[in-house]
Amino acid sequence: MQGKMIARAKELLQNGTVNRVIGWKAGDFAYDITPAVFSSAEELDAGFVYNDFCGANFSKYLVKESRKEGKILVFLKPCDTYSFNQLTKEHRIIRDNIYVVGVPCDGKTDGETLKLKGITGITGIKTEGDSFVVDTLYGEKTIAKADALPERCLSCKSKKHVAYDELLGEDGEVCESNRFDMVEKLEAMSSEERFAFWRGELSRCIRCNACRNVCPACTCERCVFDNDNSGIAQKAAADSFEENMFHIIRAFHVAGRCTDCGECSRVCPQNIPLHLLNRKFIKDINEFYGEFQAGEDTETRAPLNIFDTEDVEPSIVYEKGGN
Amino acid sequence: MQVNEKEFKPTIVAFCCNWCSYAGADLAGTNRLNYPADVKIIRVPCSCRVNPMFILRAFQRGADGVIMCGCHPGDCHYTTGNYYARRRMTLLFSMLDYLGIERERTRVEWVSAAEGAKFAATMNEFVETVTKLGENKRLEDLRCKEK
Repeated sequence: MQGKMIARAKELLQNGTVNRVIGWKAGDFAYDITPAVFSSAEELDAGFVYNDFCGANFSKYLVKESRKEGKILVFLKPCDTYSFNQLTKEHRIIRDNIYVVGVPCDGKTDGETLKLKGITGITGIKTEGDSFVVDTLYGEKTIAKADALPERCLSCKSKKHVAYDELLGEDGEVCESNRFDMVEKLEAMSSEERFAFWRGELSRCIRCNACRNVCPACTCERCVFDNDNSGIAQKAAADSFEENMFHIIRAFHVAGRCTDCGECSRVCPQNIPLHLLNRKFIKDINEFYGEFQAGEDTETRAPLNIFDTEDVEPSIVYEKGGN
Repeated sequence: MQVNEKEFKPTIVAFCCNWCSYAGADLAGTNRLNYPADVKIIRVPCSCRVNPMFILRAFQRGADGVIMCGCHPGDCHYTTGNYYARRRMTLLFSMLDYLGIERERTRVEWVSAAEGAKFAATMNEFVETVTKLGENKRLEDLRCKEK
């Protein structure tokens, strides 16, 4: 796939369709692959990679990139195309300045996860059926995908590209996903247990803002949290209110627009399962206002931008199960 | 007479829409209806003005319960504001509950300008509920505490 992508990118650069390419570039180690912009065939040959470590979603980079001179080529995985559609819908990106090539994805792992499973000294990775074969300094190791994939990929919502100019490889289908299992499990707990669970998770937050910065739905030029008086800028993990407030508001600001791409959890240096907050909003919206998948198309309006006179009352929260 | 200092008096913040519940509170007053003085009313131009952050800020600054009052659905002064507010608050309250914060501490009530009695009854009931729950511990900000 990597060879095909480089070849196609070179063609498009040469025939003048695009003047640069946003893709994944090899880092110092095999697993620290970073997003980069390439503007020549030589650069592509030197650094472009596409393998099982390429988790980054490029949609957000297009907010700035599509405002620059000339057209840009972007490679998007199926779940990235949902974010792309959402940004198109919100007029955050200039669609005419972007050439989208859809690439297939079978789940992306990362160095951290493999390290936790005892695989270190990683020098390369490839997929063989339902397993990853990892090249390490200590020889070849095989690990089942079920053990090595993050939750966002294990409960993949769709392998279908919803926006593209052309596709490389086969397009998939929307998956039967069990993504709300953990949310349901939490809902069934008592409120003390839930409080303890979230304290355990959120108290690790160091307010690095990585979740906000990476989120393709968070594209405000000026963020509410950049305000000095917002009261969330205390880096010391000293106060539970700050953590609760930051995470409630962060998730609330993307409610109805979050496509559940899972980038927030991927980048969290403290491994907080942030996607569980977003999924709660998605689940509630599905339950209260009808099934809705953000980014599925570029037409429908977000659930919080519309209303129905017969909507449920907020008191439904007290009537729900659990306690 | 001995004043019992241990007795817990909750602080309640009520966001009231200028066009209905705020007038409803006035009516409760002119009708000499009793409701606890623990309820601090903040007037807003429409229930839709209430940002989720306001609710959290109220808890941060010492509220033990937060209630939002607006016009009955369909009666919004600005036609549709309360419908949007309803969706937002439903999701926010559900999220607070999900994080383990007692769900009884937050409430939305629709109170018109003619419903002084309903306003008083709602506030009495809400204060009673929150008094039973006790002090807000799960969403408190220690830096904002006086003691």
